[in-house]
Amino acid sequence: MTLKTILLGACSALVLSGPVLAETLTIATVNNGDMIRMQGLTEDFTAKNPDIQIEWVTLEENVLRERVTTDIATGGGQYDILTIGNYEVPIWAKQGWLAELNALGDGYDVDDLLPAIRGGLSVDGKLYAAPFYGESAMIMYRTDLFEKAGLKMPESPTWEFIADAARKITDRNADINGICLRGKAGWGENMAFVTALNNSFGGRWFDENWQPQFDQPEWKEALQFYVDLMKDAGPAGASSNGFNENLTLFQQGKCGMWMDATVAASFVSNPKDSTVADKVGYALFPSKEGVDNHGHWLWSWNLAIPASSKNAEAAQKFIAWATSKEYTELVASKEGWANVPPGTRTSLYENEEYKKAAPFAEPTLAAMQAADITKPSVKPVPYTGGQFVAIPEFQAIGTNVGQLFSAVVAGQSSVDDALAQAQSATVREMTRAGYIK
Amino acid sequence: MARVVTRQHKVIATIAAWLVAFLIFFPILYTIITSLKTEPEAIAGFSLIPSGTFENYITVQTRNDYIRPFMNSVILAVGSTILALIIAIPAAWAMAFSPTKRTKDVLMWMLSTKMMPAVAVLVPIYLMFRDFGLLDTHIGLTVMLTLINLPIVVWMLYTYFREIPGEILEAARMDGAGLWQEIVYVLTPMAVPGIASTLLLNIILAWNESFWTIRLTTTTAAPLTAFIASFSSPQGLFWAKLSAASTMAIAPILILGWFSQKQLVRGLTFGAVK
Amino acid sequence: MATQNTRALARFMMAPSVILLLVWMIVPLSMTLWFSFQNYNLLNPGNVSFAGLFNYQYFYSDPAFFQSIWNTLVIVGGVLLITVIGGIGIALLLDQPIFGQGIVRILVISPFFVMPPVAALVWKNMIMHPSYGVFADISRLFGFRPVDWFAQYPLLSIVIIVAWQWLPFATLILLTALQSLDSEQKEAAEMDGASAFSRFIYLTLPHLARAITVVILIQTIFLLGVYAEILVTTNGGPGYASTNLAFLIYRTALLGYDVGGASAGGIIAVILANIVAIFLMRAVGKNLDR
Repeated sequence: MTLKTILLGACSALVLSGPVLAETLTIATVNNGDMIRMQGLTEDFTAKNPDIQIEWVTLEENVLRERVTTDIATGGGQYDILTIGNYEVPIWAKQGWLAELNALGDGYDVDDLLPAIRGGLSVDGKLYAAPFYGESAMIMYRTDLFEKAGLKMPESPTWEFIADAARKITDRNADINGICLRGKAGWGENMAFVTALNNSFGGRWFDENWQPQFDQPEWKEALQFYVDLMKDAGPAGASSNGFNENLTLFQQGKCGMWMDATVAASFVSNPKDSTVADKVGYALFPSKEGVDNHGHWLWSWNLAIPASSKNAEAAQKFIAWATSKEYTELVASKEGWANVPPGTRTSLYENEEYKKAAPFAEPTLAAMQAADITKPSVKPVPYTGGQFVAIPEFQAIGTNVGQLFSAVVAGQSSVDDALAQAQSATVREMTRAGYIK
Repeated sequence: MARVVTRQHKVIATIAAWLVAFLIFFPILYTIITSLKTEPEAIAGFSLIPSGTFENYITVQTRNDYIRPFMNSVILAVGSTILALIIAIPAAWAMAFSPTKRTKDVLMWMLSTKMMPAVAVLVPIYLMFRDFGLLDTHIGLTVMLTLINLPIVVWMLYTYFREIPGEILEAARMDGAGLWQEIVYVLTPMAVPGIASTLLLNIILAWNESFWTIRLTTTTAAPLTAFIASFSSPQGLFWAKLSAASTMAIAPILILGWFSQKQLVRGLTFGAVK
Repeated sequence: MATQNTRALARFMMAPSVILLLVWMIVPLSMTLWFSFQNYNLLNPGNVSFAGLFNYQYFYSDPAFFQSIWNTLVIVGGVLLITVIGGIGIALLLDQPIFGQGIVRILVISPFFVMPPVAALVWKNMIMHPSYGVFADISRLFGFRPVDWFAQYPLLSIVIIVAWQWLPFATLILLTALQSLDSEQKEAAEMDGASAFSRFIYLTLPHLARAITVVILIQTIFLLGVYAEILVTTNGGPGYASTNLAFLIYRTALLGYDVGGASAGGIIAVILANIVAIFLMRAVGKNLDR
């Protein structure tokens, strides 16, 4: 009898669940902390939209990028929502691969998005992706170590000061490195930092005729500065350190200074993961004496819909949810204000509760407002993009050059050799792509 | 006297063998141990004694459901292996019992189909899969894995069948056995160990294939190789979680391998013994 | 009559495998060949044109090209050297009477069950990591500065990881071969007063020749295509120090999204692999004929 009941129950359950036609959204995302949190909060969305189901595809950044790019470029139609950077958005939108976001709902308040971020996601005034979180770059430093060394961080430091301070703080016996910087090869790893560094040294990637500039004095000066500094004051194995490795080092109290993405601030100041949470100060990304340029680093992770998606309407609903003010409040209520995804909305930086919980709010906003991706260098350039060059070829070129620079940090190549190789490799690629006639 | 020497010999050989085995197994052992540590413990320096927390496994499971990729791995590995065996057994059979001058060339040619670098054909294959609607389907990936491993399967079976003495066949034929009876009653029982170890090896190879299984799937058919791809280098401390995810990804096949070790070893000769 | 029947039957039985593999070879190969003559970048799909031999010339003139071929050979050669020599050593050891033979064997073959990305992740993060790896812990214990494996010895690190994965395979095949060695022969040689060393050189090694050939042949085919381990650990660097041919094609295909260039690279790789295969068959293939 009991068996019969169970069977009957199961049957009726099947019948009942049958007619509700649920739409399934397949969402591809990066395995970064903020996205994993979003994944964990999915239920809030599905509770409000019972007719929509969510399937997550969470992958490591590089694998995700190649999967998503292959799929969208071949029209594979595997995803309904993509997590992509502000590097891809304009390029893909121009190819007609992305659907315009025009139905985000009345309460969405598009005008609240930070202008710099919104500009990077729009083509001809149309929005093609909504920012999930955004970042610029700044200095994170250890106030206790600075005090001990008798140093005071200026509001807008120069590289000369940074180099000097880094060498002073370094204490090899105590396993404290004056400075931690990215060294791991990749267009989004070491080249993000080195490109911003080069910007702040007054250099540029290409001149107005798309001629690579690695043979110019600014690159040589910037690279030499970086390599020397890493040798004197950087951690062991710096050539394999990317964002994540440096984050771990800083959290373990092994770095005096770290220049990287502003999102890191909420991780290094979180006492749950960081041993130095209450000893972190922030300052503007350095510039070279006499050059008015703080790197112009600007990045955002965004949600976009492939033009081929058959569930575009539901997908817009999800994007509106995930990038809304309400989502921010949801995260704040569960994890605290300091952990909300930063760098996308002006209103967040006017929120007193956020400002109180996040001491890094102001420097972050300042850095993001200072970043101008339309004018990354003091010299004229034919491209846009701050710590990257917004052309499709940059992934390959940047990674190639990144490898060459990484070899210098590893001590396996010289600055001059690496620059010469970078120049010829880049000329080769740019010629092939038709930029250089 | 002689017995003492032998005993001594055995003790020394035992110590040496255990040492080597421990060293080879160490990375796996350390991964399992690390998976039972907390994150700060995991990077706190060398230690073989974890605090024994299962938290990492829970974290991994809540982040990415393990069951579906696990089931997919099973379906793909077993499905592609059975398919490969069905196709390969007759071929290996024919090669072993009516060999021609070209049999070895055919074998070598089959093996050479594995030389095309997978990355180079990704886009053509992706386009084909798209057009046939095979992206993220079990059937598409099963066929793919079958094709990849077919040469190895044919070769292994061939070398195994070849060792079955022809006289037995003749004797059976004398007794008036037809081809079918010959296959079912005489050859199959003799070939079972070879087929079993081929099956095992192929399941291992299919389980561990990690190019196509990631590139041609999204959710429905994504196996454990895709599962692990979501745990490599996320932000923050991840050593213990990565260890837990790694352990979960390799455990099923490791256990299968351990239990069927004898079978596997017996057949893994590729005709090396003659 | 009967033989003709058998032949026809044999052909019929082989047909599915042969046809499938033929299709599996020809379709991708011809598509790759076709694309290799096209200017086709995935990020610019509207702009496809005939390229002639340009992709080949371009791939060939890649600054990493010659080094990648050299690296490919080093990886194949290095791994073969370690696995064959190590495999013989371990097989000889396991062939002795020892306590707990079954467990020892299980431990030794375990790496073979680990999927390549996991193996690479484990070695990268748990073993060779310059700060948190076991190797670093050991060097600190002895007061040395930890070695940054992937920056200082990138190719060696890759070889070690791949060799670790393939050592069980070599060991198993060699062990099975070793166990088939006639014990009477061994005893006879012992009686004659042959030293352990000369017994090994004149009796054991020739007996293992066939097994070694098989190990070399099968491993070479897999090792020519090693790339997952490189992707996870060094990404081909620093510089081009650990870029092999498969990885160079990967870089062209999935970073540059240059389908034409990657296809040309694929064709070049197939040609080179066949040269290696022919060379191998000449060198060791006769061992298989016995």
